[in-house]
Amino acid sequence: MTEVLLAEFPGAAALLETARKARPAGYRPLDAFTPFAVEGLAEAVGARGSHVRVAMFIGGVAIAAMAYATEYFSAVIDYPINSGGRPLNAWPAFMLFPFAVGIFGAAVSGLIALFMHSGLPGLHHAIFAVPGFERVSQDAFLLALDSPRDEAELQRARDWLREAGALAIWEIKT
Amino acid sequence: MSLQAEPPEIERWTEPPGRSYLAISELVAAPLLERRQWRWRAWWIAFGIASGLTLIMAICMSWLFATGVGIFGNNTTIVWGLPIADYVWWIGIGNAGTLISSMLLLMRQRWRASINRFAEAMTLFAATIAGLFPIMHLGRPEYFYWLLPYPNTMVVWPQWRSALIWDFWAISSYILFSILFWYVGLIPDLATLRDRAKTAFPRSFYGALALGWRGSARHWYFYEHYHLTMACLAVPLVVSLHSVVGMDFAASLMPGWQESIFPPYFVVGAMYSGFAMVVLLTALVRWGFNLQPLITAEHFNVMAKIMLAASIIMGLSYLTEWFAAWYHGERAERWLVGFEFTGGYAPVYWCMLLFNCIVPQLFWFVRIRCSIVAVVVIAILINVGMWLERIEIVWNTLSHDFLPSMWRIFIPTFWDWALLFSSLGFFGFLYLLLARIFPMVSMHETRRLIYEESHQ
Repeated sequence: MTEVLLAEFPGAAALLETARKARPAGYRPLDAFTPFAVEGLAEAVGARGSHVRVAMFIGGVAIAAMAYATEYFSAVIDYPINSGGRPLNAWPAFMLFPFAVGIFGAAVSGLIALFMHSGLPGLHHAIFAVPGFERVSQDAFLLALDSPRDEAELQRARDWLREAGALAIWEIKT
Repeated sequence: MSLQAEPPEIERWTEPPGRSYLAISELVAAPLLERRQWRWRAWWIAFGIASGLTLIMAICMSWLFATGVGIFGNNTTIVWGLPIADYVWWIGIGNAGTLISSMLLLMRQRWRASINRFAEAMTLFAATIAGLFPIMHLGRPEYFYWLLPYPNTMVVWPQWRSALIWDFWAISSYILFSILFWYVGLIPDLATLRDRAKTAFPRSFYGALALGWRGSARHWYFYEHYHLTMACLAVPLVVSLHSVVGMDFAASLMPGWQESIFPPYFVVGAMYSGFAMVVLLTALVRWGFNLQPLITAEHFNVMAKIMLAASIIMGLSYLTEWFAAWYHGERAERWLVGFEFTGGYAPVYWCMLLFNCIVPQLFWFVRIRCSIVAVVVIAILINVGMWLERIEIVWNTLSHDFLPSMWRIFIPTFWDWALLFSSLGFFGFLYLLLARIFPMVSMHETRRLIYEESHQ
């Protein structure tokens, strides 16, 4: 069971500032919820290690290599046509097909990596039960902290959040 | 004398009613979720017309598939007809959406936030319609799948050295890529619609499509990584796509169809006609969905500047073509340029130069650029001019090759025109349906624009 302290802030700037200060103040930020991408927020709550681009590179190159292999097999091995002594493996002319499908391959692998990283599609999540959470996709800015177990610590965390400008605070047990 | 200060960015791109996060959601989501309070009369009229044209397109296609390409004005000399010009024109428009969206993203042009979504949607449909035309122009359209490499009883494979095969792969990869690019950019907005929906059906519909998006900082982090990388990949893909279309014409021995400038010139032409189409759609979407607070005259101003730059590059490309013909010294090439200016299609050629190179020079005047009506009228003329250019590329060369005894003129038939105009209707049909189901402006990117511009 995890306990989460969820605080709403009036704007992205206040949220970002608090998220950055949380760790030095001795709290562990778990996540933040915003209606748009806020630069620097992901790093402040400890998101790192995106393999999206690596996956795109590997997927793209693999699909491109397969496409080239198809061309090579069909034009050089399986059905070679000698047309005026032109090279069978005409690599400059063969580049476009691997290029185009390679980029599409990269897009698909990136999407798969994005889904794996972010846990989507996942229609159900406990956080949706928080009252007012539907405003996160519109105009609410929430910060989730790992809730201290100790009652006095918890009160201090609440005070700290309120001082930082939190409008409302919820405790959630999942 | 004091220099007049530029207005702050936020005032350039938004009007006061659209400057809060909630107002953006309300403006964009209202037509989709509060249908009862929304007047759909203009939509129904447009939809009626578009459906009628779509029906005509279906009739054209049925007649074409029943009787063959003889219904077009193609003859023994001009073997490529209007559908090929329509194809190049549509693919040009189809190129622009993703190009505009990704290039402006990479250039950090934040104003793209309110136009990129419907520009991307334009891409999806224009590229799909473009893809239909070469198939319709085939002698035996039922065998179009021979372009695919699959083990078959004839034991033959596609000819990988042919620009037409490249075309097929470039277009299909591009359409699929554009669908992903559009959809991923849409996910956070689908979540907004899910959360704003008051009744069960829209909530489940948008909820399922939003895939459980929670707006978590981690979601955004990976989303941004993916979206930005997609934009980086989109630019070379788009450039290669229209370059390949250019190579369909450049990689031959016919006079006028052997110029190395064609690939870049086609790419600029695509961006040009695409921007003109985006301007037209921007004006319609702005009016139809009351988005004046999010789409300002300033948007038209900057797009007019881009079209002006593109028109100058187009002019330069035409000059290069004429110069190359003269410098080449080949008699047929020089004849062809003379034929362009004085031959059977001369009025078309002059109109094309007027619409593509002369009229857009009006954009030098700031009063024209800031007048939405003027920008839209010029954008329509540019679209007409660009279509004329596509048909000129096909007609001139084929009508006037090396052998004078072969010279003929192309006369379009009823079916040529019917197919062109009905394809516009089909585009409208798909676009109107989309506008009724999905948000036309990217809400999360507009929110970000407001946040970043007001915190600078």
